[in-house]
Amino acid sequence: MAKGPYSEKVMDHFMNPRNMGEIEDANAVGEVGNPACGDVMKLYMKINDEGIVEDVKFKTFGCGAAIASSSMATELIKGKRVEDVLRLTNEAIVEALDGLPPAKIHCSVMAEEAIEAALKDYYQRIGKDPKIVDEMKEKIKTEIAS
Amino acid sequence: MIYMDNVAGTKPDKRVVEKMLPFIEEKYGNPSAHFYPLGRESFEAIEEAREHVASLINAKSDNIVFTSCGTESNNLAIKGVAFNSEYEGKKHIIISEIEHYSVQNTALKLTNLGFEVTKLKVDETGLVSLEDLRNAIREDTLLVSIMHANPEIGTIQDIEKIGEICKEKGVLFHVDAVASCGHVEVDVEKFKCDLLSIASQNFYGPKGVAALFIRDGVKLTPLFDGGFQERGYRSGSENVPAIVGMGEAARIAKEEMHIYAPKMIQLRKKLWDGLAKMFDFLHFTGHPEQRLPGHVSFWIEYIEGESLLLSYSLKGVAAASGSACSSNILAEDEDELEASHVLTAVGVPNDICAGSLTFSMSKYNEEKDVDYVLEITPAIVNRLCEMSPYYNKK
Repeated sequence: MAKGPYSEKVMDHFMNPRNMGEIEDANAVGEVGNPACGDVMKLYMKINDEGIVEDVKFKTFGCGAAIASSSMATELIKGKRVEDVLRLTNEAIVEALDGLPPAKIHCSVMAEEAIEAALKDYYQRIGKDPKIVDEMKEKIKTEIAS
Repeated sequence: MIYMDNVAGTKPDKRVVEKMLPFIEEKYGNPSAHFYPLGRESFEAIEEAREHVASLINAKSDNIVFTSCGTESNNLAIKGVAFNSEYEGKKHIIISEIEHYSVQNTALKLTNLGFEVTKLKVDETGLVSLEDLRNAIREDTLLVSIMHANPEIGTIQDIEKIGEICKEKGVLFHVDAVASCGHVEVDVEKFKCDLLSIASQNFYGPKGVAALFIRDGVKLTPLFDGGFQERGYRSGSENVPAIVGMGEAARIAKEEMHIYAPKMIQLRKKLWDGLAKMFDFLHFTGHPEQRLPGHVSFWIEYIEGESLLLSYSLKGVAAASGSACSSNILAEDEDELEASHVLTAVGVPNDICAGSLTFSMSKYNEEKDVDYVLEITPAIVNRLCEMSPYYNKK
C-alpha cells in the first residue's frame, strides 16, 4: 500500500482525535485562524489554582494536519504547568507527529498560537496583563538560545 | 477502492491495454522509419488511431495532431497562434475565469509579450455570458479559448453558441474539451471551433497522450522544432503504444458512449438526490442539469475539504476537493496552497471553498458504489461537524 502524505501518527490523531470538544467552564479560551488556508482552531483549557492545565479540549476547522496538530498539542499540554505549556513549540508538535509535509507546518504553528491565545485569555481573566505571555515566551526563547 | 475521481483520469479499458501491449514489446519500430515493415507497422497504427480520434470528434484525420497531454494541447493551441506571424497585430485573447491552469497560465504568460487577456466572468452555475463574450471581442482579438466542461463543477458551456459568436466576429476559437470528450458529444463542426484539445486519460485511454484538432487554414507555430513528426506541429518520436491506446479508446467511446452516458446520468441523479436529502448545509456547485454525466460537486458548511477527502479515502472512496489545504500537498511552502479559482469564480467565498468535494463517476461505477457513498456520508460529515468550531454557531 503506497504511503500517503501523512505519517501514521498524523492519521491516527486525525481519525481518533484526543480531547476533542468544548469545556463549558473553561477559564482559558483561545481561537486562532490561518489566512493561508482558512483553518481555525479553538482551544479550551481549565487551569486550576496551582496553575496546572487540568483539562484541555479543542475544536478545529481544517485539514488532517490541522486536526492532528490540535489533538497532539492538547496531549502535550494536559497536566502541565502554565510555564511549561508555554515551552511547547510547533517544532515539538511536528516531531511528536513524526513530521508534517512542509506546506502543512503552519498547522502546527496554529496550534502553538492557539495555546498562547488561550493563556492570554487566562491571564486577562485573573486580572493580569496578557502581555505576560509574550514576555514569558521571549524569556524561554532567550533561555533556549543560550 | 471505489474510484470516483474520474476527472483526474479514468481507468483504461481492458481492450485499450490489449491493443497497446504489442507496441510496447514486439512492434517497437519507429513510425518515421518507412523503409522496413517494423517502422511502417508503427506508422500505420498511428494513422489508424488518428482516424478513430478524428471520428470521435467529427473531424478529418489530417486535422489531428498527437501531443503528450491536455496541457500540451492547450499550450500548442494558444501559443501556436499567438506566435504565428499570420496574426501579427492581434494581441487580445479571451478566456473565462474557470479555465484550467494550462489555459489560464498560458494566456497570462503571453501578457509578458504584449498580449492582453480578458477573463470572462461566469454566473453562479459556471456559465459564461454570451452577451459578455460578444461585448469583449475587439478588432484586435486573436483567440477565444473556453472549456467545454469544467472538471471541478461539472458545468457544460453553451459551446455551440459561443462558436457561432466567434465565427460571426471572425476570431479564432479554441475549445478545451479534455473533461468532456468521451462522456458527452464533442463535434468540431457543431462547435464551429478552429482548435480543440482532448486527452486520452479522460475517456478510458492511457495517460501521457492527447490530441489537438487544428482546422484547415489555421496557422500554428510549433512549440518546439525537430524532425517534422506530426506534420511539423509536434516534432519528436511519437509515443506509439499510447497513441494506439488513445485511438482504441476513441473507437470504443464513439461506439459505446450512448450506452454508458445514460447510466452515468442515473448514478449522478441518485447520488445528487441522496446527498440533497441528508443535510441542509450541503450546497451543490455547477449547473444542475447542464453538467457532465457522472459528476456531482458540492461544498459543506463547517467542514474543510481535505478532511472530507481523507475521511472518504479511509473508507475506500477516492474523490477530489478544491480546498486550499488539498491543493498542493507536496508544496514546499504554505503560500503555494490556494483555494480553487473555479469555486471563487462561481461566488463561493474562499473560507467556504474549503469544504468542497467532487465525485466524478465513470462507466465502471455501479449503483452499489453510490449506495455505499450515501451510506458512509452521514457518519463522516457528522464526525467532522462535531470537530468544527463553526458548527455550534448555527
